[in-house]
Amino acid sequence: MLRSQTIPRRGWSLEFVMWVFTRISGAGMLIVGALGMAGALWMGARTQMDLATLMRWTFFPNPNHIVNSNIPDVNLGWVGVYWQILQTLIIFLGVTHGFNGLRVVIEDYIHSVLINRVLRVIILLLWIAVMVIAFYIIFTS
Amino acid sequence: MSAGSRSVGLEGLRYRGGATMWSWMLHRISGVGLIVFVAMHVVSAFLLQNLGSDVGKIYNSVFESWAFQSFIYFCVIFHALNGARIIVLDTWPKLLPYQREATWLQWLIFIPVYGLTLLILIQRGLGG
Repeated sequence: MLRSQTIPRRGWSLEFVMWVFTRISGAGMLIVGALGMAGALWMGARTQMDLATLMRWTFFPNPNHIVNSNIPDVNLGWVGVYWQILQTLIIFLGVTHGFNGLRVVIEDYIHSVLINRVLRVIILLLWIAVMVIAFYIIFTS
Repeated sequence: MSAGSRSVGLEGLRYRGGATMWSWMLHRISGVGLIVFVAMHVVSAFLLQNLGSDVGKIYNSVFESWAFQSFIYFCVIFHALNGARIIVLDTWPKLLPYQREATWLQWLIFIPVYGLTLLILIQRGLGG
């Protein structure tokens, strides 16, 4: 059952901060995605990649992510600190944006304060776990 | 009764919010689809890359099927375009009277981009 919610107070609250963050991170992900796609095309993805591989590079520019395509040598431009920064950014923005969105959707339908608190803790733990695993993948590949 | 305690329930399905209501619903559905996909994909990549496990391969065979990809491309392209519309209209509230035109513009971009993606996916999926 969908139910409208009341904001407890005006000014700085979790809802307000996350409302702003959702918009900034959304625009940020569009920019990071555009940078990834432009970088891939500049490095020759047009002749070396199919659509799915170009999307893999756009959304997660990791050399292990595109290893199944015909790129002759991933060490030529496809690895480096620049791409690691973009991967870290897109994981932080995307995972935070996504788990906060999941929290907003859940809290629209579940009205028990106790269940909401339990679900908030679970979402917080999942958020940390997915981020830590993803950062580990980025810096070991 | 205050708005805060009013439960809408199934009656809400009869609410005629028009195109923007459907955008709101699709934004939620595609958003939940995306975060579930991203979280599972991070776990499967970890299993495959750092542990060399076969479970990661099972996950990836699902992610690489054309049926799953047509769903996830719908989520990505719709969520990105609809999110861009929300950001623009929230940042410049003077444009809010043109909400309807913005939604039309969004579908005008979505249909060719997603249509071409779907065409490529189905051609590859059926051609093997």
